[in-house]
Amino acid sequence: MASDPTHQFEIHKLFSLGHIGGQEIAFTNSSAYMLAAVGVVSLLMLGGSAGKQLIPSRFQSLAELSYEFIADTVRSNAGEQGMKFFPLVFTLFMFIITANMIGIIPYTFTVTSHLIVTLSLALIVFITMIVYGFYKNGLKFFRLFVPSGIPIYILPLIVFIEVLSFFSRPISHSVRLFANILAGHITLKVFAGLVTMVGAMGFVGWIGAIIPLGLTVALTALEVLVAFLQAYVFAILTCIYLNDAIHPGH
Amino acid sequence: MGLIITPAQAATTTTTSTEASHAKGGFPPFQTDTFASQLVSFAIAFVLLYWIVSKLALPRVGGIIAARQGAIDGDLAEAQRLKNESDAALKAYETELATARANAQAIGSEIRDKLTKQADLERKQLEDRLAAKLADADKSIATTRAAAMGNVRSIATEAAAAIVHRLSGVTADVQAVKSAIDTTLKA
Repeated sequence: MASDPTHQFEIHKLFSLGHIGGQEIAFTNSSAYMLAAVGVVSLLMLGGSAGKQLIPSRFQSLAELSYEFIADTVRSNAGEQGMKFFPLVFTLFMFIITANMIGIIPYTFTVTSHLIVTLSLALIVFITMIVYGFYKNGLKFFRLFVPSGIPIYILPLIVFIEVLSFFSRPISHSVRLFANILAGHITLKVFAGLVTMVGAMGFVGWIGAIIPLGLTVALTALEVLVAFLQAYVFAILTCIYLNDAIHPGH
Repeated sequence: MGLIITPAQAATTTTTSTEASHAKGGFPPFQTDTFASQLVSFAIAFVLLYWIVSKLALPRVGGIIAARQGAIDGDLAEAQRLKNESDAALKAYETELATARANAQAIGSEIRDKLTKQADLERKQLEDRLAAKLADADKSIATTRAAAMGNVRSIATEAAAAIVHRLSGVTADVQAVKSAIDTTLKA
């Protein structure tokens, strides 16, 4: 049954790559779409910059626009020092937005609809933040948990909240992306399924199917917005978290 | 979100259990047996993309943007240089004009001064000459007058002597008449 809304998230093994500790490592449909995203981003950035024109072509404009968009985001959220993380933020943003956009195409698989992937993305940021924070600031990195100008009697509570919010960062960071993409795709699938279900009821059904069909089209447009917005939100949060690692004092 | 989805999913698995038999049940994003495969392929894909982006793509695109910025800055600097040049030329022209104007004024006033001085000199000479002539004329007038006055006296003396002689028949003393005449003339 194609109308099962979770069918689109299933992982299929395409071929086996070997075993690690008794666990089979397979090349799956997810792997293929990850590599497809890598290919699309590489094509955009390398193909777009191949001409090296002073007056850019449309293709080159696209590559430059992506570059400057993320560069501005990093610069305005993490400062000039944050620019050392520009390749990381750029990779994250481009990978997510490309995976999201590919996923909107019917019959494709959406890499970012799997929590394990979004959690990996969030953990890359989280671990980078911690490692760089301690490397750059040493023990002063703990000042992140102690906002200045707080009266001493509520400080323990504030520190507790700060620590809690710090460790919930990778969770909210990853679940936000995962849940948005997952929910959007399920909604799309449900409404698209309604088109075939209602349409199967003869002539009256065809008329009735116009409503879910229109909704599906509108939702697809919304999903394009969500695909961009979630990638952008992920990138901005990455910049904010990395900024905390660069400047731990509030 | 997963919690909201699970009931719907649970309802559908019952109908699609035959098709999803290989998936070992459960909501696909929470099927832990797929995690290792996904993690490995994600690691490969991400490292590959990071390498391509950081080593190839970003330096190249950044280079293009920097080259364009450089070209724009160069052109702007060139335009600024040309503008400065034209400004300098304008300033030089204005300075030159001011100098020429000042020179012209200086020459004009110099000539005016010279002419005034010359005119003054000539007038003075003329005045001196006229004064000399005036003095000469005054002198000749005085001489003539003195001569005339001398004549007047002798005439008066003779006339007075004659009058006295005619009136009294006495020949008047010439010396007395002369002194009387002098007294009268002086009065």
